[in-house]
Amino acid sequence: MSRIAKYYGSIIGKKAVVAVTGLMLLGFLILHSIGNLKGFLPPNSAGEPDIDVYAHFLTVMGEPLLPDMVALWAIRIILIIALILHVVTVSKLAAHNRRARPVAYRNHKHVAATLPARWMFVTGGIILTFLVIHLLQFTTGTLDPTPIVYGCVYSNLYYAFQQWWILLFYVGALSMVGLHVFHGAWSAFQTLGVDNPDRNRKLRGFALGTAAFLVLGFLSLPTLMYLDVMKHPNAYGESCVLSDGRSE
Amino acid sequence: MKFTLEIWRQENGEDAGSFSSHEVDDVSPDTSFLEMLDILNEKLTESGGEPIAFDSDCREGICGMCSLVINGEAHGPKRATTTCQLYMRHFPDGASITVEPWRSGAFPVVRDLAVDRSAFDRIMRAGGYVTVHSGPKPDPNDVPVNPEISEKALDASTCIGCGACVAACPNGAAMLYTAAKVSHLSLLPQGQPERQERVQKMVAQMEEEGFGSCRNYGECEAQCPKSISIDFIGHMNRELLRATVIEPTDLRGEMKTQ
Repeated sequence: MSRIAKYYGSIIGKKAVVAVTGLMLLGFLILHSIGNLKGFLPPNSAGEPDIDVYAHFLTVMGEPLLPDMVALWAIRIILIIALILHVVTVSKLAAHNRRARPVAYRNHKHVAATLPARWMFVTGGIILTFLVIHLLQFTTGTLDPTPIVYGCVYSNLYYAFQQWWILLFYVGALSMVGLHVFHGAWSAFQTLGVDNPDRNRKLRGFALGTAAFLVLGFLSLPTLMYLDVMKHPNAYGESCVLSDGRSE
Repeated sequence: MKFTLEIWRQENGEDAGSFSSHEVDDVSPDTSFLEMLDILNEKLTESGGEPIAFDSDCREGICGMCSLVINGEAHGPKRATTTCQLYMRHFPDGASITVEPWRSGAFPVVRDLAVDRSAFDRIMRAGGYVTVHSGPKPDPNDVPVNPEISEKALDASTCIGCGACVAACPNGAAMLYTAAKVSHLSLLPQGQPERQERVQKMVAQMEEEGFGSCRNYGECEAQCPKSISIDFIGHMNRELLRATVIEPTDLRGEMKTQ
């Protein structure tokens, strides 16, 4: 452990921690977006939307070995730790970097740094704010401008994304994720010393591809719901329909 | 050619410093940037003013002594070129040119455009050496080296230690310099005995000097007069990970079965 602490003590070690935690969070995002794409799959024999079935699976994941919610919370805790490490370490590095140049240039050109690379701190900050709002909306249900019912993922999404401003908010947030991943998913490999001239094109392609996949994957279902291309939740079985004809 | 120069003037390290405007006239396009400053200094001296202090030595692009951030770019707008190899023909006639020193907490300004780069010397002293035996001279090519690796090490060794990477980096990091030195020695067989401790010591010294951290912008590589690749930064990161986390610290300890 003392070696890890020593490594974390150096600025290169800190960057490596940012890279590893970033890749963990990226892995989560990829799985999350694949999960969301289940909204496009046909319902099961009981008529429940596939995405609701998948959401239920997440709560009982690991059974019969593990009790309900244990595997889910284990993953959540790992992700929360990764997120905290990612944010705290980046903030420490930013403070260190500010001290490295006490007198600023009057004129400092960027000749190689891309805009996403330079805006990582801004896009990251926006993503963090978005994350809080997103969890309050769809995980805890605290923020509910549209009806949110536990377990009724499809109808929760459907009613939320009938609102143009909610859709717009998600489009904005997901663009930030795209920009962040475009630089981050390559930068992580460079930081870990995995990148080299042989792999550079492929790793940058991976970062671009992942960023595009996340933006399109996450936004496709909400956009098509807004455009009324997706089925109304009442078209699926009775479980998420209330007496007034809408879900509550 | 005619130029308006906005030049950073600073009496010494304690002085706050400010920009002052100077006009130069009748400059031949074949004048180098530093010669143009020499001409300006002559004029300043003749009129009883203080000449502008700046560093230079070989003026052939190989010593690493010249510096200057010109119009926001280390060593000026021409890629893979030191300031001394920059000519006035690279600027449009009548241009306004801003000249600043390397800006880094680890490179304190000595006077005007000259900065103290001894932080680099201290990084070198921390681990930039190899042990050699003091016996008879070995035969040439005595130690076999893969020619590709030897070329790569030579690429790293083209670093002239000018500090442009630090000046160019938005974070004021010295990663490219340190990485070039670490890689140059660690790639070759002669550098193996100190391989582990070299990267640890040089990185520790780099941090102690107060240089920033790497955010993979690539500005250092783009503004390096020797175009040293950021591949070496990845190499150094890998070396540090290996030395600090993977390799055992106790090489001769006792082991038991159970």
